[in-house]
Amino acid sequence: MTNTKGAVTGVNGNMVSVRVDGAVSMNEVAYIIVGGKHLKSEIIKIQGDIVQTQVFEMTKGIKVGDPVELTGEMLAVELGPGLLGKIYDGLQNPLPEVAKKAGYFLEAGVYLDALPRDIKWDWMPVAKAGDKVERADVLGTVPEGAFTHQVMVPFGMHGSYTVKSVKPAGKYTVAEEVAVLQDESGAGVPVTMMFRWPVKRAIDCYAERLKPFEPMVTKTRIIDTFFPVAKGGTYCIPGPFGAGKTVLQQVTSRNADVDIVILAACGERAGEVVETLKEFPELIDPRTGKSLMERTIIVCNTSSMPVASREASVYTAVTMAEYYRQMGLNVLLLADSTSRWAQAMREMSGRLEEIPGEEAFPAYLESTIASFYERAGIVRLKDGRAGSVTIGGTVSPAGGNFEEPVTQATLKVVGAFHGLSRERSDARKYPAIHPLDSWSKYKGLLDADSVAWAHGFLSRGAEVGQMMKVVGEEGTSIDDYLVYLKGEFLDAVYLQQNSFDAVDASVSPERQKSMFSKCVRILGSTFDFKDKEAARGWFNQLRQRYLDINGIEWGIDVYKKADAELKAFVDERVSGLDKRAARIIESLE
Amino acid sequence: MKKVYSRIESIKGNVISVKATDVTYGELAEVKTRFGTSLAEVNRLDEDLVSLQVFAGGRGISTGDEVRFLGNPMRVSFGDSLKGRIFTGSGEPRDKGPALHENLIPIGGPSVNPTNRIIPREMIRTGIPMIDLFNTLVKSQKLPIFSVSGEPYNQLLARIAMQAEVDLIILGGMGLKYDDYLFFKDTLEEGGSLQKTIMFVHTAADPVVECLMVPDLSLAVAERFALKGLNVLVLLTDMTNFADAMKEIAITQEQVPSNRGYPGDLYSQLASRYEKAVDFADSGSITILAVTTMPGDDVTHPVPDNTGYITEGQFYLKGGRIEPFGSLSRLKQQVNGKTRADHRAIMDGMIKLFAAYRDTLEKKSMGFQMSAWDQKLLKYGELFEKEMMDLSVNIPLEGALDKGWEMLAACFEPQETGLQTKLIEQFWPKKA
Repeated sequence: MTNTKGAVTGVNGNMVSVRVDGAVSMNEVAYIIVGGKHLKSEIIKIQGDIVQTQVFEMTKGIKVGDPVELTGEMLAVELGPGLLGKIYDGLQNPLPEVAKKAGYFLEAGVYLDALPRDIKWDWMPVAKAGDKVERADVLGTVPEGAFTHQVMVPFGMHGSYTVKSVKPAGKYTVAEEVAVLQDESGAGVPVTMMFRWPVKRAIDCYAERLKPFEPMVTKTRIIDTFFPVAKGGTYCIPGPFGAGKTVLQQVTSRNADVDIVILAACGERAGEVVETLKEFPELIDPRTGKSLMERTIIVCNTSSMPVASREASVYTAVTMAEYYRQMGLNVLLLADSTSRWAQAMREMSGRLEEIPGEEAFPAYLESTIASFYERAGIVRLKDGRAGSVTIGGTVSPAGGNFEEPVTQATLKVVGAFHGLSRERSDARKYPAIHPLDSWSKYKGLLDADSVAWAHGFLSRGAEVGQMMKVVGEEGTSIDDYLVYLKGEFLDAVYLQQNSFDAVDASVSPERQKSMFSKCVRILGSTFDFKDKEAARGWFNQLRQRYLDINGIEWGIDVYKKADAELKAFVDERVSGLDKRAARIIESLE
Repeated sequence: MKKVYSRIESIKGNVISVKATDVTYGELAEVKTRFGTSLAEVNRLDEDLVSLQVFAGGRGISTGDEVRFLGNPMRVSFGDSLKGRIFTGSGEPRDKGPALHENLIPIGGPSVNPTNRIIPREMIRTGIPMIDLFNTLVKSQKLPIFSVSGEPYNQLLARIAMQAEVDLIILGGMGLKYDDYLFFKDTLEEGGSLQKTIMFVHTAADPVVECLMVPDLSLAVAERFALKGLNVLVLLTDMTNFADAMKEIAITQEQVPSNRGYPGDLYSQLASRYEKAVDFADSGSITILAVTTMPGDDVTHPVPDNTGYITEGQFYLKGGRIEPFGSLSRLKQQVNGKTRADHRAIMDGMIKLFAAYRDTLEKKSMGFQMSAWDQKLLKYGELFEKEMMDLSVNIPLEGALDKGWEMLAACFEPQETGLQTKLIEQFWPKKA
């Protein structure tokens, strides 16, 4: 709380102008007091003694002259044990608790503690009295779900401290003092297990940022093999409505090879979040054997919730991700959809009467998007361990046209692009990631040259397909036709994946390698068909056999039998193997 | 008692401004003009300058007219006495019934806490095979009908209103032609559904500001009935007019336009209405069907485009029929496994064959020779269009499934249909 006082002077949509009588800071939180309710808002423009605030609630009922309370603090989140498994709104209000208090609807002005104050955690001290510590150094640990949660020196405590006292092992709540630190002047600073951190500032308590090198396995073949994502990398999924962005994100959130997943449902349908909310507690995480919910945090600011907190929600999510990275964990942040976030910025920019850029998006759209994605990264912590935050954001381009500003600004800063196409989703080819438009700059499971070789069949196959539309099948040579069939085959059995099939939904890296090798054999083989009819017939059978195998659990007897039969089926037909293909197969063994 | 202001500072389009104090954002006022009294809503406060959008429009307002603030936001009366009644976009009676002032409820309330939502679980039967069988409407779903001017979308809505198995229908008309309004009224009266219907109608001749109120009025009333345990179906037509009304007001107030003149918050505005669709776990539900006409039949136009990102699927009404391609009910999988064993198989199988028919039609139009298989498809396609797609067809789901089998049997051999043998044994019509 500061001494500055304010009073409302104007209201325009969710933007409220306030006259203040003292010092204020940019992005400071202010509460507008309306009929006893405190409405949270954030200062986004200061001009003389008038400041503009964006209000995180509906503004109906505010009048000129209403008092405004200034907090002196930036919009911040609580960090500490108890975040995992929680469902928050964009301002870190726990939604289930809000429901208990307010019922069916999200009433304005109900703000609850993000971290439960009544849970007692098993505190185990690490630091001892007399230790020299800096921010982010570990003071002790508590178990949280499957993880050892490290209680650190609050990130905002710059300078060096001496540990004066540490509480012995025992049960404490997040609000209880667990240690006292002494700063350089000798004053004691009590520390609890939780502290606050402003969401719009990146957490930077690490030694250095590293180059992303290790692939983040998603168990989706087209991603892991063709368009991989690295731990600490960034990627985006643009696509028109109905192309399957959200399903792809849901599948990734289940299968991704990371410690913690944070889902930011930003301005999308509430119904989709509900599916995750109801299903995740039932699903088992194969890595820990516990419920998937225990490694998940959901930040949920759906389309009908106030637009200003939608803008805040992605920052809330990324701040929590950075916090867990600081413990040496790998965190994946999935934001669905960043277009809604950009639109929230556009709404505010319009109300501030800023000069609009392209499609009325503000001029700072690109730099804001860039600085958000730049909060991803793999870092080396001061104690040598590594931790990562990977960010995957969906983009919902207007009219499905990728030329629009949000998609273009995002493409500039991400390391991988998974473009979904209407054409593929209409043809029920899922995941509808377009194999010719998409790209990735990261190293994947497999050697990049081998993948590029296989990818060549997709592009050449598509070319032949285009040509055939003009000249007909009759005008195409059998060699070209075979390239076309091989491309279609690879697409059907490898790129497409059935996310509703229990086995096919998630494919382990080993199985991907083995399968890729089998596909390379087909792609690299020469065949001797008497005509196109015969070639098509054989490839149809081949495809059916592969698809059947895709649905069988890997390594079990039924699989081995089907696999052997498939090999015999292929052996009978092929008449020679390309040298390049042979080398690739060899390298995969 | 609130003060009366008798000096209007500016009049721009439908927006006036007065100097006044102690006014809240969203508050209503009465503007007394020589043509009568109109409501107005505060939509901007700047120091002591208050902007209001006047429901009756700015035409003929004099700078000396009286403005009296009412001290409350827009509200609507709620209760069983609403049933069978017709109101305007400002909540006044449009029929000859009495004005209602009891039990007023606010409109445009807060959104439902997502953690209180449940996974949708029940279908709504409409008697229209293209919906029930192929793209099932689910309780609490929000679905637009994408169409073009001239298509019979209002006829379709009227039929759904009469046949849908729900407790209450709320019809919100925006920019309706007067003829269409009369059509709805007469059809519902003749069909005997008027008693379970409440209508909020803004006709094309009415002031544009009232158009903006229609969805909020309809949905606020729907929400209250749903909380009382009723399953409510809200029909809105036409949301493009609603978006255009928003555009008009935004431009008048010199807001920076984003796409094709629409305000930057178009998505949020549409979403806050559509997201009112809900199934309350231990109470009633709201389902929304809304017509969105696509200017120039262009689905990438900002209104249908933003709508598509919000809703759970869409129906395309084209050439007087619900198109099987492009139409999609995203929630159908939640319910169509529980209806009849053959539902999903018939749904997929018949559409695949219909797609093949469309290919054959194309071949035919290019002058290719028709094979025996092509002839079969042509027969099937024509039958499908007549017996399934025609909007006048009115049969329950089970009847539609049976008819589907009959059609398949009339055109194909069992193995040609690509359906599972087990289902064929069970359902294939026995030759008499």
